[in-house]
Amino acid sequence: MPSPPAIELVGISKRFGAVAANRDVSLAVAAGSIHGIVGENGAGKSTLMSILYGFYEADAGEIRIAGEPRRIRSPADAIAAGIGMVHQHFMLVETLSVVDNVVLGAEGGASLKGGLAKARAELARLSREYGLAIDPDATVGDLSVGLQQRVEILKALYRGAQILILDEPTAVLTPAEADQLFALLRALKAQGKTVILITHKLREVMDATDTVSVMRRGEMVAGFRTAETSPPALAEAMVGRRVLLRVEKPPRERGAAVLEAVGLSCRDARGTETLRDVSLTLHAGEIVGIAGVAGNGQSELLEVLAGLVQPTRGVIRLGGQILAAADRHPARLRERGLMHIPEDRHRSGLVTAFSAAENAILGYQGDPAFRAGPFLSPSQIEAHALTAFAAYDVRPPDPALKTAKFSGGNQQKIVLAREIERHPKVLLVGQPTRGVDIGAIEFIHRRLIELRDAGVAILLVSVELEEVMALSDRIIALCGGRITGERAAEAADERDLGLLMAGVTDEAA
Amino acid sequence: MSAAPLELPRWADTALVPLVSVAAALLVAGLVVLGIGENPLEATALLLRGALGSAEGIGFTLYYATNFIFTGLAVAVAFHAGLFNIGGEGQATVAGICAALACGALSAMPGFLSVAGFLAAPLAILAAAAGGAAYAFIPGWLQAKRGSHVVITTIMLNFVAATLIVYLLREVIGKIGSMQPETADFPAQAVLTPMHQLLAPFGIKLPSTPLNSAFLLALMALVAVWLLIWRTRLGYAIRTVGANPRAAAYAGISPAAVTMIAMAISGALAGGLAVNEALGVQHRLVLDFTAGYGFVGIAVALMGRGHPVGVGLAALLFGVLYQGGAELSFDKPAITRDMVVVIGGVLILFAGALDGLFRRLVATALGRGAAG
Repeated sequence: MPSPPAIELVGISKRFGAVAANRDVSLAVAAGSIHGIVGENGAGKSTLMSILYGFYEADAGEIRIAGEPRRIRSPADAIAAGIGMVHQHFMLVETLSVVDNVVLGAEGGASLKGGLAKARAELARLSREYGLAIDPDATVGDLSVGLQQRVEILKALYRGAQILILDEPTAVLTPAEADQLFALLRALKAQGKTVILITHKLREVMDATDTVSVMRRGEMVAGFRTAETSPPALAEAMVGRRVLLRVEKPPRERGAAVLEAVGLSCRDARGTETLRDVSLTLHAGEIVGIAGVAGNGQSELLEVLAGLVQPTRGVIRLGGQILAAADRHPARLRERGLMHIPEDRHRSGLVTAFSAAENAILGYQGDPAFRAGPFLSPSQIEAHALTAFAAYDVRPPDPALKTAKFSGGNQQKIVLAREIERHPKVLLVGQPTRGVDIGAIEFIHRRLIELRDAGVAILLVSVELEEVMALSDRIIALCGGRITGERAAEAADERDLGLLMAGVTDEAA
Repeated sequence: MSAAPLELPRWADTALVPLVSVAAALLVAGLVVLGIGENPLEATALLLRGALGSAEGIGFTLYYATNFIFTGLAVAVAFHAGLFNIGGEGQATVAGICAALACGALSAMPGFLSVAGFLAAPLAILAAAAGGAAYAFIPGWLQAKRGSHVVITTIMLNFVAATLIVYLLREVIGKIGSMQPETADFPAQAVLTPMHQLLAPFGIKLPSTPLNSAFLLALMALVAVWLLIWRTRLGYAIRTVGANPRAAAYAGISPAAVTMIAMAISGALAGGLAVNEALGVQHRLVLDFTAGYGFVGIAVALMGRGHPVGVGLAALLFGVLYQGGAELSFDKPAITRDMVVVIGGVLILFAGALDGLFRRLVATALGRGAAG
């Protein structure tokens, strides 16, 4: 008789008010396998994993661990059942050492001494077994993101996890770090551990998993053996219709230089240099992509060019004219045709507490078109939003709805509509498709290409290397705030860019 | 991973939750009254009759409500900019000082008063508003430019203002020959008209109460604040800074400038307390005329959810409580003024601090209804 699945979910349902986040979801994952769960934002993946990890309790359904029905009502229950979770945003105390973080919550008594000694021994064993080289006394805050993620994994293993859930684990990693992670997952699998990988990157699913299930609108809609499926088939199951994964990009002659930055340097509040001597030129009708691991100066580059942060050195020329300090202000730059789609729409691109119509004028609130006499005109603001939402297929097209209630993709479309309909000459785009579902990604990519074809100069920053490579005409790699190389899009390949992103410059190679 | 946010329908958020809070507060207050051996139902009836049962009672209630409208709006405007202005007391004090200085200057110009006396009251009101605005601008500036938290600085400036008024009344602007810390009476042209005089020409006879034309100013302030917050560019900027300062910077709005402007507007509104008390009722500046109204304004703004309609209703509720409570303690010696303060405190506790508790209960109750 075959052994029971490591994890079996039977008929899980969960409602939040009127929304059914999970509807009769069933899933079985064989012990010693890597299982991928894919689905668009809001498809219910996170809810399902939260139920499995005890953050929520299901309204109906059963969880079986190794064939045994278990009630999991808190993360402590989940840990006791051998389930470990690595969150997308790490749950680490940055000021503590690796070993302190590993024992945190499993100290084993009031005195730390015994627990720490045991943890040290156990860490050494785990490191040997899985080839996880890590210094137990290093301060977590000093470690690279990839190593911090290892600490998270070690934490779960230390607690005796047999089943490891990873939520979007590669979002913050370089391609090389991601490869190392997958090697580690395979080693865990070889030791008989079960891994559940939540991701939206189809390539990772194809590379790393044995089986994959697809969720859509709270339901489990398909399950495949990875070897028997393909990215288009997965994408179709996720969206419920055929999608074009490749970006169609006709060749286009680039025009005159529109935005030039020469020798830009920048420091953050702590005095750390975030940009070092960055020079680049944007031409009309081209997309220049910035490749880099998160936190290597891309955000600062966007903020400096958008006038949100003042550079410590360097010159910016817009349309041939040097920008004085007073002109490097978001409102002045908008007047001159430089628009900005910020990296994080929640943090800076939108006021989620506002209605959608109010957000559709953010940055343009001074436009007389939105005024009647001395007062803002709600009817004109609403009419403006209705037109914009129709053109950008924002759903639901309800200007009075609070922005927080829109899906990520539709929120992004609100930002996009707001900035693009103002006919930018230069468009700075940060993470255009972060947290956006596949259908909307297709739409956003098409729009950006249309803009480029219409002669707009676009600077694209994205953590998705695939996206940068698909959309850009030229790719500039940043590492540690410095430009490490530039490639024409046709000549770029992932391995080469990965080296540049890791700081291996052309000169050194 | 976060818990589902507590989204309530608008009617529940604006009406049901405050009503549940008030009901719970009254229940607890009733238990307290029961505890000292009085009948809570009888006490409630006395309180309501005292506040609303006669024209005189209503006059007093609205006079108290006037103070609460001004101080509640002051807190509400700052709140929309993400600022917690605890300095209503201090700002009103300085507003009163400025109004007194203006009245003193006007008294010294009998010629001006005889020619353009109709300008005296508006000038005194403007002086009060300017004084409150200037005094609130200081913590606004400190917050915007130096990062000093307004909660701390406004509290500390309350003490400065309280000491300043003692010094000024004692040494500089006090009435000569008086043992009381007070100014001489303001010139008659500078003070506001009592409501019973204002309405008498229209054939409406009202008993004499402290209610004066400042109440009409307060109603105008409610409308003006609504227009400011929801219908002007500045209001849009204030709300953006309050909800998401980074998005404000992205939109080209300076959070520092908005912080200072919002604080100044807030202080000017707090100055309305001085207008009602000094120019409207006392007709001179006395010590401690702010009497804690500035602090109650915080509860009024919280209960009113920062919306002028809510602030107006909450101000009325506290007006009823103040006037009815005074009557109650008069009729029932066992229920002292302190007991009325306890009831007010319970109300503030339930409406302000425990608001989240009732939101959750209401959300659960409604959610169950929707799911079932």
